[in-house]
Amino acid sequence: MAASPTLAVSVWRGTESGHFQVFEVPRLESQTVLDVVTYIQRSLDPTLSYRFACRVGMCGSCAMTVNGRARWTCRTHVARVAAGGRLEIAPLANLPVVKDLVTDMTPFFDKWAKARGRFQGGATRKDDFARVAPASPQRRLAEAGIECIGCGVCYSSCDVVAWNPDYLGPAALNRAWTLVNDTRDTGNRERLKAVAGDAGCHACHTHMSCTERCPKQLAPTASIAGLKRAVTVAVLKGEL
Amino acid sequence: MFVNIRGQVLLWTAQRVSAAVLAVCVLVHLVTVIYAVRSGLSAAEILGRTRGNAGWAAFYTLFVVAIAVHAPIGLRNVLSETFDWRGTGLDIAVMAIGLALALWGLRAVYAVFI
Repeated sequence: MAASPTLAVSVWRGTESGHFQVFEVPRLESQTVLDVVTYIQRSLDPTLSYRFACRVGMCGSCAMTVNGRARWTCRTHVARVAAGGRLEIAPLANLPVVKDLVTDMTPFFDKWAKARGRFQGGATRKDDFARVAPASPQRRLAEAGIECIGCGVCYSSCDVVAWNPDYLGPAALNRAWTLVNDTRDTGNRERLKAVAGDAGCHACHTHMSCTERCPKQLAPTASIAGLKRAVTVAVLKGEL
Repeated sequence: MFVNIRGQVLLWTAQRVSAAVLAVCVLVHLVTVIYAVRSGLSAAEILGRTRGNAGWAAFYTLFVVAIAVHAPIGLRNVLSETFDWRGTGLDIAVMAIGLALALWGLRAVYAVFI
C-alpha cells in the first residue's frame, strides 16, 4: 500500500491553555519532524513559534514532545514516528509554555543552580595545573555524565518532575554528580546538602525515563544513584 | 524532627533498610504459610504450634516493626505525589497510620504467639 503523499500534523498553539491546530504537510523522503515544523512556519502559518539552531543534532534547542515523547525534532525521522500518517507536536512537558512550541527554560536552569551544578575551584593562577588521571575511577564516573548540553528532554520525561514541583530533576542532579567526582572541586560538602532530601536525589523512583530518552545516551539514573550513596555516607559520617 | 535535610535522608535510609528486612520476612512468611497449610487449615492446629514459640514471636515482631517503619514513609511519598499534599498534616496522618499498623500487628503477634 503506497504511503499518503501528505501528513496530518497536529501542532499545539497557545500557552498552557490552547488547542491543537491541524496542518497538511507534503510528505518527503528522509524528512525530519523539524523539517515539518519549519515547512509549516515558512509556507503555511508564519505565526507559529518554535526553537531550533544547529538542526544537526548538536545543540538540543529543537527538543519538543512528538507523539507524547520528548525528542530532538532534528534527529527524529518522520518515517519512524508518524504511524498512519499522523503526527502530534507539542512543547516540552513540565515547563511553562511561552508560546506554541516554545517553553521557558528558566525553571530548568534555576534548578541546575540550586543543585550547585557549577564548578567551584580552590586553585589560583599561581598554582600548578591539577593532575587528574583519565583512567582514575572518579574521572571515569565524571566523564560518563559531562556531555550533557542541557536540552531538557530528560526533565520533560521525568514523572517525578511532573508530580513534585520542587524536584531538582535528572539534568541538574547528573551535573552535580559529575562535580562530586571532580577532584579539583572544593564545594562538595555544600553540594551534597543541596542535592539531598525530598526535593533532591532521594525523590527519584528509578523509573529511568531520563536514561531511556537522553539523546546523548547519558544515564542520569546512575548519577542519581551515586548521589544517593554519597549523601547516605556523608550523613552516616556526620558530615551532613 | 524530620523536616531538615538530615532528617529526610535518615527517613529515606530507614525506608531502604526496612525494605531489605521486609524482603526476607515476606519470603519466610510465604514459605511458612504454604508449609503450614499443607495438612489443612485449622486454627487449633496452627495455634498449637505457634503459642509459646519465642523464636517465631521474635520474627513476627521484627516483621511488624519493619512494616510500621516502611509503610508510613512510603505512603507519605505516594500521597504527596498523587494528591499534591504536603506539610505537617500529611506527616501526622501517616504517623497515625504507622502507629495503627504497629498496634494491630503487635496485637496479632500477641494473640498468635504468646
